[in-house]
Amino acid sequence: MSDLTLSEAVKILHAARTEEIVVTSMGNAREWMTLAPHPLDWVYVPSSMGQATSLGLGLALAQPHRRVVVCSGDGSQLMNLGSLVTITAQAPKNYTLILFDNGVYEVTGAQPLPSSPETRKNRDRIDWSAVLSAGGFGEVQVYGRAADWQRDVKSWLQKEGPSCAVLRVAPVPNAVGPRSPGPAKERARKFREALTAR
Amino acid sequence: MFTGEEISHFLVSLGITHVVMVPDSTLGLWEPALALSKELSLVPVCREGEAWGVAAGLYLGGATPLVMIQCTGLFESGDALRNVLYDYGLPLYAFIGYRSYLNQSTLPGDTCLTFTEPILKAWNLDYRLILDPKQLDEIWTHYRDCQEKQIPGVALIAEGRA
Repeated sequence: MSDLTLSEAVKILHAARTEEIVVTSMGNAREWMTLAPHPLDWVYVPSSMGQATSLGLGLALAQPHRRVVVCSGDGSQLMNLGSLVTITAQAPKNYTLILFDNGVYEVTGAQPLPSSPETRKNRDRIDWSAVLSAGGFGEVQVYGRAADWQRDVKSWLQKEGPSCAVLRVAPVPNAVGPRSPGPAKERARKFREALTAR
Repeated sequence: MFTGEEISHFLVSLGITHVVMVPDSTLGLWEPALALSKELSLVPVCREGEAWGVAAGLYLGGATPLVMIQCTGLFESGDALRNVLYDYGLPLYAFIGYRSYLNQSTLPGDTCLTFTEPILKAWNLDYRLILDPKQLDEIWTHYRDCQEKQIPGVALIAEGRA
């Protein structure tokens, strides 16, 4: 049973966040940008699709004393599945992955993913929890109810990583791609300054 | 061309903190020395596109990473490098192995020779072709120059086998 929307899931995470680095991408970045910004936000727009988990790993290794929360989508993750194994090989304790599982390429018109029952000959559904656990993530939990996510969200900002919360959310109808929040080079410079000056 | 120990010491002298790597037959020979280094952190990745993303995160976090991949991995990872080097303007440096440049006995007619340098030029990457161990100083100068200009750069390491 699922009553969690992307917008609500992102708002719950945003409300719980304090001084963590938060990497957002694609649809979750679009929603994150509707909320108050923070110097340690890395709104990864424009991105190379699927690279949020890799970029987050680099941040986690360079900033081992900060929690890094990476928000990725299931479509993005399928483009960079190996990164999950790369992450667990490095085993950064400060790495939390929030994986939004909506089963579609949302911003291009909600085409079903190869992991979705609609596109699979035998109509099965890829179990992200199993994929992540087999890939070495120590703690993985699937959420579909807003109340459950609200109850546990703070604990995910403290768990020993690499860990992953999978949030099953419904696709947003007629969703559009995220717009860049400003000049990318300038944002990169400011973000690096924020991370290295503190 | 170089031993692993030479490369390891050289990278430390450049101030490199992390080597983000997918090995090939030549670069892989350096891996044991890189892994043993107390001053470098080796970050093996599964595919070359990841290497640019991981290096970007390291750089943004204040580290000084180096990407180390084969030219075939350069071909694979185009969008990832475009994004971090040009959208975000990150001055990342890479060692890229130039497969079959010195010897085509394993792969006669290897098309890596056809495409590697045109692809580097297409990505507007400032590179130096390294044919001889004596060119280590040239890499040092090129790296410093790229850092000073805050631009990405590549040392293209000629390889003799696939």
